Amino acid sequence: MSVLVFLDQADGHIKKSSFEAANYAAKIAEQLGTVAEAVVLGSVSDDLAATGNYGIKKVHTVSDASLNKMDAQVYTKVIAQVVEATGADVLVFSNNTTGKAIAPRLSVKLKAGLVSGAVALPDTRNGFTVKKTVFSGKAFATISINTGKKIVALNPNSFNVTTGAGTAEVVAFAATIDAAKVEVVSVNKVVGEVPLSEAEIVVSGGRGLKGPENWGLVTDLAKLLGAATACSRPVADIHWRPHHEHVGQTGLAIAPNLYIAIGISGAIQHLAGVNRSKTIVVINKDPEAPFFKAADYGIVGDAFEVMPKIIDAVKKIKGA
Amino acid sequence: MKILVCISKTPDTTAKIAFADNNTKFAADGVQWIINPYDEWYALVRAIELKEADPSTVLHLVNVGTADSEPIIRKALALGGDEAIRVNSDNSDSYNIASQIAAIAKEGNYDLVFTGKETIDYNGSSIGGMVAELLDLPYVSHAIKFDLEAGKAVVVREIEGGEETDKVALPAVVSCQKGMAEQRIPNMKGIMSARTKPLKVTEPVAADSLTSVVTFDLPPAKAGVKLVSADQPEELVRLLHEEARVI
Repeated sequence: MSVLVFLDQADGHIKKSSFEAANYAAKIAEQLGTVAEAVVLGSVSDDLAATGNYGIKKVHTVSDASLNKMDAQVYTKVIAQVVEATGADVLVFSNNTTGKAIAPRLSVKLKAGLVSGAVALPDTRNGFTVKKTVFSGKAFATISINTGKKIVALNPNSFNVTTGAGTAEVVAFAATIDAAKVEVVSVNKVVGEVPLSEAEIVVSGGRGLKGPENWGLVTDLAKLLGAATACSRPVADIHWRPHHEHVGQTGLAIAPNLYIAIGISGAIQHLAGVNRSKTIVVINKDPEAPFFKAADYGIVGDAFEVMPKIIDAVKKIKGA
Repeated sequence: MKILVCISKTPDTTAKIAFADNNTKFAADGVQWIINPYDEWYALVRAIELKEADPSTVLHLVNVGTADSEPIIRKALALGGDEAIRVNSDNSDSYNIASQIAAIAKEGNYDLVFTGKETIDYNGSSIGGMVAELLDLPYVSHAIKFDLEAGKAVVVREIEGGEETDKVALPAVVSCQKGMAEQRIPNMKGIMSARTKPLKVTEPVAADSLTSVVTFDLPPAKAGVKLVSADQPEELVRLLHEEARVI
């Protein structure tokens, strides 16, 4: 019996959300009185022994270059082999796009109940129940997994990571690898931007900014803070900003440490996507904007007057 | 070409979220039900566009739900599609639901199965992947663009921090999200014709349920907003730096 976490990589580096999942897996293992191991697919340049700092005891690597591109079907078969060899009965994923593609397949292949979107450690005192977000962040459900093998996919930015000192043993795993049926033709990544799902700070703009030409107010602040940029649905719909920046009920749901909303009124659908943010700041000229009810800090004022002053004040504390 | 689109019934995006029966059930009284937006706006509308481009395409809809789902199934048929199948089940376990859809998909021998990327109530993002595994088919998730080229699907999917273009031979399962198509409103002709389109009801196949809901709860209310004067925005920055310690 052990806990196995899948560490997702891109361009040879383990994703931040996977370190969070690793630490989460280690805590589950501690609860169950067992150890946490990890599996990494494809060629990785990071020092995997350092995952020991997150509580991982052993990392199984399948470094075949064909695995540098994620094919859900191929990955599922390889991970299932590692599960069988290690006898793992709790499998942990980050609930990112890769996790969402593989975890459901493994749920079927291993006949293991899946909870995706977990936001807390499972309660293992009596059975195995996990709290997850439902109704697009408007509520939580506690789900019982009723199978011997269990899969939990952790929402990014929802677990408090605590690191220690440790070194994981790194071992090569000999797996049978199928040919991928999905051919990756091209990958187009936005270079230099922080991915929205992994960002600790998100600066977001709405229709109150009046047009895409004014987005400097959002992007300048984001750059200073090392933040990702986001927008409300109307802004994406009228193509002021790209669709992948849309946060809300029908866009991306995020949970950064700090969410700064500029010129967004805070419709219930928008709030659903951001209300798990730890601190919410709202800047809006309408004092009746519903967003103020969900905010921690706010300024009732004109963004065009307020934002340049905020940017200057941030420059001062950043020493920029 | 035969396409199967999976549609789910969810509360309207503005519905008040509350729970009944000692927080074990969604309080459905007075709630307006809709087709899950990802299933409707993206999966279904893109499938309808494919049928418009090639009228020989057969387009079926499947819903796993009780008779309460029929109004949203009729609405989906009013948008387009040839017929709908409802699997008469109130099971909410994703594995069980996926098993029902996989059984329908297998029997109908579809080239393409479309789902939304997730439902806006359970947010599982699981059905597409599970159906693909049950049928041993390739799965492309989070599709934002879908085209057919020489019998193969060319799909642009979202990945962290960007996009990836994939090519896959059919049959395949694809989960759809924003970008695939634009929202449509059913027209009068569609609404009239939907009344006579076949809506078949079948009983569920035997399948296990792997999970169950224990309880629901609502997030704690916020303590209240701390307002800073618009004349002193630098005070906000100070609070974020020294009090909240987030910058």
